[in-house]
Amino acid sequence: MTASHWILAAVQALLYLALAPLLAGWLRKVKAWLQNRRGAPVLQPYRDLFKLMHKEVRVAHTASPVFTSAPYIVFVATWLAAATLPLLAVDLPTAAIADIIVLAGLLGLARFFLALAGMDVGTPFGGMGASREMMISTLAEPAMLMAVFTLTMTAHSTNLASVIDFQLTSDFTLRPSYLFALAALVLVALAECGRIPVDNPTTHLELTMVHEGMILEYSGRHLALMEWAAQVKLLLFGVLLVNIFFPWGIAQSFAPAALATGLGAIVLKLGVLGIFLAVGETVLAKMRLFRAPAFLNLALLLGLLGLLSYVILEVGA
Amino acid sequence: MSLTELPLLEQFMLVLSALVLFTSFVLLAQARLISTIHAFAWQGALVAAVTTVVAATGGSGHLYFSALLTLGLKALLIPWMLHRLARRLDLERHVDALDRPVPVIMAAVALVIFAYWLVLPMVAEEMIFTRNIVAISLSVVLVGLLMMVARAQAVVQVLGFMSIENGLFLAAVSATGGMPLVVELGVAFDVLVAMILFGVFFFQIRESIDSLDVDRLRRLTETAEDDA
Repeated sequence: MTASHWILAAVQALLYLALAPLLAGWLRKVKAWLQNRRGAPVLQPYRDLFKLMHKEVRVAHTASPVFTSAPYIVFVATWLAAATLPLLAVDLPTAAIADIIVLAGLLGLARFFLALAGMDVGTPFGGMGASREMMISTLAEPAMLMAVFTLTMTAHSTNLASVIDFQLTSDFTLRPSYLFALAALVLVALAECGRIPVDNPTTHLELTMVHEGMILEYSGRHLALMEWAAQVKLLLFGVLLVNIFFPWGIAQSFAPAALATGLGAIVLKLGVLGIFLAVGETVLAKMRLFRAPAFLNLALLLGLLGLLSYVILEVGA
Repeated sequence: MSLTELPLLEQFMLVLSALVLFTSFVLLAQARLISTIHAFAWQGALVAAVTTVVAATGGSGHLYFSALLTLGLKALLIPWMLHRLARRLDLERHVDALDRPVPVIMAAVALVIFAYWLVLPMVAEEMIFTRNIVAISLSVVLVGLLMMVARAQAVVQVLGFMSIENGLFLAAVSATGGMPLVVELGVAFDVLVAMILFGVFFFQIRESIDSLDVDRLRRLTETAEDDA
């Protein structure tokens, strides 16, 4: 691994930060179009972040150091998790550091501090949001691991770069197990990112908010970091879905042309994913909170069926 | 023999049969009656699609005909009849959830593993790719049986029975390239007659116990009413 590879890895990590608000803005824009509104410009999330960065930070009197340090921990953990995920090119040195289980662990760390911060000030909404978030995530994590195990059994590695490499180097095969794993991961991603059937990211309605409830007490740059981290997490799950199941276009060498193709491909794929997500959010209504376990049970069942169909249909005796 | 060596069409067949198994689970866990009927229609359509692909990969020509028969009968006619029955019995908005969905679904998963274990030695010698589908079709049969045990509502039990038939048909198509056409026609006719008879039974059951919940058949009506 030469220095240039590390520079490329750093650039890719910075790209995650740069692209995350764009995906959020694109999603909002498409949703606005579907609802016959003109909507805010696609670049609006950047302006919001910029504005919040320059605003004064107000901290409640009852807040402990956990409250003020949580935004930084959440942001860095999410960013670090994203940095291990191949965006433009496979075989970057960062991909060798961590596999998908570490990625799930980093996201768990971020969620842990998010929930702590929600409870720290002692307002009821924060505590309620934190308890709901923990309930959803304890159900989402096994389903995610089931889906991930299906992929790793096929590729014989838990490293994401190897999984993508395996997909690219083997001939095109229709795998029933991948179909189930994809469906399971989509459901898990919706729950983990707090998108519509599970949580509504645009509401501040007191009885339904989960993620918004936890960050209700934040202001200024703390709030900016929290929102940015949420956008990076959405981008992370989007990249996970498109790059693992549809890896075509990702750069396999470090030539500038291949990297440019990789960037074009990922932007295109994420754009299409954003359209699908926006259509889904327009068509579906938010579920009652107590329907969420059934939703995630379905994800777990899909993951299990993925594993079973891998064993029954793909390996044989 | 690994999956990558198979032609694309046969991989597609495996995907379709995996989806048949998935619809079996949907049938088992779906609470709304109308959605359950739709899931059954999808299962029929998927079985018809598997039959078409088997015919296209070199099965006998009459499989196209039996695929058409399956599509017409199990994906269109029987769901339509059930739909009409549900409307006439005033069950369109009927919701009948499982009491304990998670153990039942886990039992179904265990049945799938059991079916796989059963099929393993049976087809270990013959290295044909369709033997994988035999395990799937046996699981569809077993999950259909579980559905008849776990669900209390008569219409849903009939759907479980019909999905058992789907599983048997899938096994016949995938293991032996289809039954003779005469047998298939006979079975199709039987299923249709059974459906009509079930329809008559629904009205009879409802007339005598005022509900289609067959668990209530265990009680003697007169004494139960008097005690209450």
